[in-house]
Amino acid sequence: MLGASRLTRRFGGLTAVDRVSIDLERDAIHALIGPNGAGKSTLINLLSGALDPSEGSISFRGEPVPAGRPERMAHLGIGRTFQRSNVFPDFTCFENCRLAAQARTPRPWAVFEPALRCRRSKDAAERALVTVGLGARRNVPASALSHGERRALEIAMCLAADPQVLLLDEPLAGMGTEESQHTLKLLRELKHERAILLVEHDMDAVFAVADVITVMADGAVLASGPPEAVRGDRAVREAYLGEAR
Amino acid sequence: MSALRRALPLVALAALIVLPALAGKFYVELVAKIMILAVFAMSLDLLVGVTGLVSLGHAAFFGLASYMLVLAAPDKYAATSLWISLPLAVAASALLALAIGALALRTRGVYFIMVTLAFSQMVYFVFHDTKIAGGSDGTYLYVKPVASIGSWTPLDLGNARHFYYAMLALLLLSFAFLRMLLASRFGHALRGIRSNEQRMRALGFNTYAYKLAAFTIAGAIAGLAGYFSAVQFGFVNPEMASWHQSANVLLMVILGGLGNLFGAIVGAFALVLAQDFFSSLTKHWLLLMGGFVILVVMLLPGGLVGIERAWLHWRAHRG
Repeated sequence: MLGASRLTRRFGGLTAVDRVSIDLERDAIHALIGPNGAGKSTLINLLSGALDPSEGSISFRGEPVPAGRPERMAHLGIGRTFQRSNVFPDFTCFENCRLAAQARTPRPWAVFEPALRCRRSKDAAERALVTVGLGARRNVPASALSHGERRALEIAMCLAADPQVLLLDEPLAGMGTEESQHTLKLLRELKHERAILLVEHDMDAVFAVADVITVMADGAVLASGPPEAVRGDRAVREAYLGEAR
Repeated sequence: MSALRRALPLVALAALIVLPALAGKFYVELVAKIMILAVFAMSLDLLVGVTGLVSLGHAAFFGLASYMLVLAAPDKYAATSLWISLPLAVAASALLALAIGALALRTRGVYFIMVTLAFSQMVYFVFHDTKIAGGSDGTYLYVKPVASIGSWTPLDLGNARHFYYAMLALLLLSFAFLRMLLASRFGHALRGIRSNEQRMRALGFNTYAYKLAAFTIAGAIAGLAGYFSAVQFGFVNPEMASWHQSANVLLMVILGGLGNLFGAIVGAFALVLAQDFFSSLTKHWLLLMGGFVILVVMLLPGGLVGIERAWLHWRAHRG
């Protein structure tokens, strides 16, 4: 669904992402792993339009899309979460999700219509909160949530916008065991009809849910393929998995 | 406490309605002036309190509209029609806000403050250094605009009471309009931009367009206030577009409390009445004024409208 071709991003002399080509398929969880500084988050920033690529192109459903325009990517149905929780701290969980849903039907000129009367975005927000298990925390301000809950809210905001592609930057980081299990289960349900890119450090989680794994090191793709193939890849074992053991 | 809180605006409104029947001309004119400034302050609150855009150049739109009243008149002894000069003045302010906003909104934070200040100073110096409407001295306008529709004249702007009630209506209409705006998706998006703009972009909002729309609306409403300020005093000078004026209105918004419009109204009343009161005590009244502002800002982080919350907080922490 979402594809990148020879995507490159340089910061001064450093090449953070080096000619990366990746294809996110529908109905699949595509995990992206690699040591710190491998360029995983930069790649997500490129794919979501938050950063301009130095070279290379991005396409959605075969059509090229302009890079560096996060709001355009969101409109196309590409949702993302952030590595460090990035929510509206002073808003309730509900309003966080409702705003995310509103982005799909913004209608800013409808000034006579109260935002809270829009069924569509309200329902989408309520559903998303229940899906991630935050239904009971609906009216709590995001700043009062625990770290794990805030990670869940990130995902709920992403879901409220009903995206077709999810770019998840370490969604499990900071979650407890139970929360992680719940989230992994959720990811398996979500992949139907959608494409998911999952950046994650927890190898057990990655090998448990991923359909495809891409390994990055020093900005470049080291290996890519089904989990068994990647696990057996020699270069990967040396560069990354071996090191982690 | 909260019943009182809900009743308070209605009591204040009732007081504003009966005031001309009870008070002398001086107070009627003073309160009319404050209501104009309250509209001005509410327009700035849309930027500062709601969207998180601290503008130090808001007087440019106020000043331009007041000059438009003078420029719309064929000469200073001839009356213009309210229905022509008012839309003209508001449109001019909105256009200026659109142009300044389009450029200024490319910057953020302290740079935004500096750029808005710089643009408003440009407007100030255009009126100050050219011969437009009396240059640095300003000019008088001896005739008020006429509000007739055909042969029917619904109100006489030269009559202090008529003018007072017209300004009360202006205040209520502006308040109702801005409230409606804040409740809409547009308003919710503006609050989102204040809270976390980069996240809003990631969600798919074109935040630049939203901010520009807010800036233009705020400029138009500031123009509304500026126009009537010129009508009230029959006088314009470059000071109306000066940075003092911008700072003054910013002070009102901060003093009253940010982001809920009530604060802007309360702030306008508090600032003007405090100025009036302190200047009647001593000629060094600016010192007292400064002390008052510092006290409010330090003791009431939510402004004057946050006084109840500050009190509850204080009581809870003491006991």
